[in-house]
Amino acid sequence: MTFEASARVESVPPSGIRRFFELAEEYDDIISLGVGEPDFAPPWAARDAAIASLERGQTSYTANRGKRELREAIAAHAADAYDLSYDPDEEVLVTTGVSEGIDLAYRAFLDPGDAVAVAQPCYISYIPGATFAGAEVVDVPTRAADEFTLTRAALERSGAADAEMLVLCYPNNPTGATMTREELEPVAKFAREHDLLVLSDEVYADLTYEHEHASIATLPGMGERTVVFNGFSKAYAMTGLRLGYAMGPPEAITAMNRIHQYTMLSAPTTAQHAAIEALETCEGAVTEMAAQYDRRRQFVLSRFEEMGVDCFPASGAFYAFPECPWDDGDAFAEALLEDQRVAVVPGSVFGAGGEGNLRVSYATGLGQLREAMNRIEAFLS
Amino acid sequence: MSSREEILALLRDNARYTTDDLARMTDTDEATVEETVAALEEEGVIKGYQAIVDYSKLEPEPVRAAVELNVTLDRETGYDDIAQRLAKFPEVKGLRLVSGDFDFALEVEGDSMSEVSRFISEKVAPVPEITQTVTHYVMESYKEHGVEFGDGHDDDRLSVSP
Repeated sequence: MTFEASARVESVPPSGIRRFFELAEEYDDIISLGVGEPDFAPPWAARDAAIASLERGQTSYTANRGKRELREAIAAHAADAYDLSYDPDEEVLVTTGVSEGIDLAYRAFLDPGDAVAVAQPCYISYIPGATFAGAEVVDVPTRAADEFTLTRAALERSGAADAEMLVLCYPNNPTGATMTREELEPVAKFAREHDLLVLSDEVYADLTYEHEHASIATLPGMGERTVVFNGFSKAYAMTGLRLGYAMGPPEAITAMNRIHQYTMLSAPTTAQHAAIEALETCEGAVTEMAAQYDRRRQFVLSRFEEMGVDCFPASGAFYAFPECPWDDGDAFAEALLEDQRVAVVPGSVFGAGGEGNLRVSYATGLGQLREAMNRIEAFLS
Repeated sequence: MSSREEILALLRDNARYTTDDLARMTDTDEATVEETVAALEEEGVIKGYQAIVDYSKLEPEPVRAAVELNVTLDRETGYDDIAQRLAKFPEVKGLRLVSGDFDFALEVEGDSMSEVSRFISEKVAPVPEITQTVTHYVMESYKEHGVEFGDGHDDDRLSVSP
């Protein structure tokens, strides 16, 4: 008897980002623009609340769905900030990061052979997660010409009409693209026409710079078919605390919680204490971090423009997604690392539609960013 | 935020941002930044630019004290008169009229404790309107101008992550 990985696991290759991590680890003098998490520490008030909860010994399991106080704060924030209306008892589930939430939704609503349309380039867990759930993935590539927004044409071209579920993420990792309410409308219409369930990962919602964030769940007829995901990793810089949440119709949350209660029991308790404080008192810190990202975004975009590198005006998250000056993005990223000691991530890692681009994270202080852009410029000339 | 407010916020964060940095971050051009900064200086909104220094790393380490002052006013002498007189001394690094148990909060700096003490007893205390001085020597500084001293927040992130 040996541990042979199941066919499902075997069918999923190791993450492409892992290879770049290992390459980057070979150097100790690199500037990394390859990091997918904030460079800030969480607001002190949130950390302090976590410490205080530990001092009081509040380390038991919480309710499966998360502490009620937290669910109330989440529902209140969703209503205030995004015009989303969810009942904290029936329609909110606190998860161990958004990644757990997406996994729960796949397993809760997909049967083997069901098809999931995934708008790409996208976060690296969406595609393997669907495979682990036994579903088939329909690639829906978005295009630089559309500034990486999801269009009706892209959905039609890729055969998303036959899928059971659509997954999208705006503001987007890796492209930094955002979608306005008007741009989401045709997507919503398509989902209604073809009776698609929608998973909308909005973890970067608070980092939207050019317009108000719009959730697809607020569009007519969409609340009943959408699960919205958000969390504390990006806006509150709490990545390692592993805390996210899902909001959706009661039957959706009940089904997801059926898996969650057996496999996770409850999301990390210490993180839940931090999150309550974050929602209640840390809005100013979020605004300040967002303002800093926005300035760096403008800096990076203006430098790429000056270098003559084609880069659409990314308007959310903390990524720019310039076109790769070489045909082979992987080779470019490797050469840039070796030659100039700057790490970026080739877009190919993030699925269909990303091959010709590079993900450049600006979750790095301006001094480093300035130096990194100078090095990229030197590399190109 | 207007670009004026934006530029001021950035300079308050880091006065050594170059004109080029400021122009890119606020999506304006260098000429606009220069004009804005010149206007802020001319209007007296920006009073100066200084380095934030950890005194404990200096050799010899300067001595600083926070001094509480109580004063009595009369028909001819107001707070401003007393303040102007005190602010002229180069030893006085900061001077604020405050609410509460005392009137002025004075920051004094000198080369040694005896120098600072002498300054308080010979220059400050004799001012006729000053009725009381309480001197607190600074023993350790943990944060100055919004900058925390100590080891700070290490970047322990993975070099490449999704």
